Amino acid sequence: MKTPLHEVHEGLGASFTDFAGWTMPVRYSSELAEHRAVREAAGLFDLSHMGEIEVTGPQAADALDYALVGKLSAVTPGRARYTMMCNPEGGVVDDLVVYRLADERYLVVANAGNAPAVLAELTERAASFDAQVADRSPDTALIAVQGPASAEIVGAVAEADLAALKYYAGTPATVGGQEILLARTGYTGEDGFELYVPAERAPEVWRLLTEAGRPHGLLPAGLACRDTLRLEAGMPLYGNELSAELSPFAANLGRVVKFDKPGDFVGRAALDKRRDPERVLVGLRGAGRRAARHGYAVLRGDQPVGEVTSGALSPTLGYPIAMAYVARDLAEPGTELAADIRGRHEPVEVVALPFYQRRS
Amino acid sequence: MTTPEELRYTEEHEWVAVRDGDTVRVGITEYAQDQLGDVVFVDLPDVGRQLDAGDVFGEVESTKSVSELFAPLDGEVVAVNDAVAESPELINSDPYGEGWLIELKLTDAGTVEGLLDAEAYQRVTDG
Repeated sequence: MKTPLHEVHEGLGASFTDFAGWTMPVRYSSELAEHRAVREAAGLFDLSHMGEIEVTGPQAADALDYALVGKLSAVTPGRARYTMMCNPEGGVVDDLVVYRLADERYLVVANAGNAPAVLAELTERAASFDAQVADRSPDTALIAVQGPASAEIVGAVAEADLAALKYYAGTPATVGGQEILLARTGYTGEDGFELYVPAERAPEVWRLLTEAGRPHGLLPAGLACRDTLRLEAGMPLYGNELSAELSPFAANLGRVVKFDKPGDFVGRAALDKRRDPERVLVGLRGAGRRAARHGYAVLRGDQPVGEVTSGALSPTLGYPIAMAYVARDLAEPGTELAADIRGRHEPVEVVALPFYQRRS
Repeated sequence: MTTPEELRYTEEHEWVAVRDGDTVRVGITEYAQDQLGDVVFVDLPDVGRQLDAGDVFGEVESTKSVSELFAPLDGEVVAVNDAVAESPELINSDPYGEGWLIELKLTDAGTVEGLLDAEAYQRVTDG
């Protein structure tokens, strides 16, 4: 599948990769330059592969409280919430951002690879409620502007009160005469915005943002730097840190499970018994320049005690970083472990997440 | 994507340049560096190491992935590019020049003829 911006990316000379069935730009020139632009100026991302699902109706809030682990009925209209959908066993079906657009209208944003499953599950789980579930993905493009200069860039093209737009909030805005949903969200560890745009207007909005961003050093940014940015920010990626076998508690995200909400929700009973997982997600800092990568073993002495889920030489920090699942009693920061990097045992130390935090 | 005519190539996306007589210089192709993305680490062998064709002699690592380096021919490592170990980005910016990796003194100088020529390598990358 191709996004509505595919021709724009081709014109920019992007290299492409297959991601969850989508042909996506992996980089335009240099992923390190793109990474740096997001940390120091701004980056422009096409995230149109993400799934957008609208849930509407008098019982939309109740349906989502049942379908997801969060308490979406408690979200104020205009705000967003990071949450998850779990299976009845308490494993993660997907991690989601849910916007409450109005009292009876929500937008659920799912990962590209999980969007069909989330749509099917939401449809089934909402069936006994007075609520409608509709797939908006085919007619929605998602463009993100991330980085310290993003507010100035978005402010130059969007008619909206950005100062009043808080982190994890969304508001209707106008860009180039087009009504869009403008959200202050992201996956990079920087201030940033995500623009939900009608698919056919995406090239025009991309062009306006590119022009507004030029004096600020904005670069188009691909999936390669998106991955290193989110890793530095300690954010989980479904398929690496999250899976249908692992509970939110293992990923240290138990806080998203709201046991205090009234009524049952899918996974409640199982999740209640999974609060103390055997292995938990930790951050690892390495020495030298060789990075531990997805699937590599974590060792204590010569004993395997865990597995790396994501890793890279951190472009911002200059040393190798990784996230890994390790035995709970080895999760304390300062614990000295090793990673098996293609046969060589390299020392790593457990550190607190995130690896990188922006100065605010 | 350039594929210099005067070089020889391997299916593992390495190039071989004959220096003088039985010494060759080895690097990775422009296609290979483009596939890797920004190279952030290179692991090269020590001078004096004896390699058989196909032996792993090092690694190049980008933020996204790792690739092993394979000896294109039998020979002894007689030089390594310290500049590229220090500045791995040279592999991206100048893969056929400043970004060279090692020099080999070949066991049999004639074996170079068994490598791919530019045209044949082009077919590998077009494939």
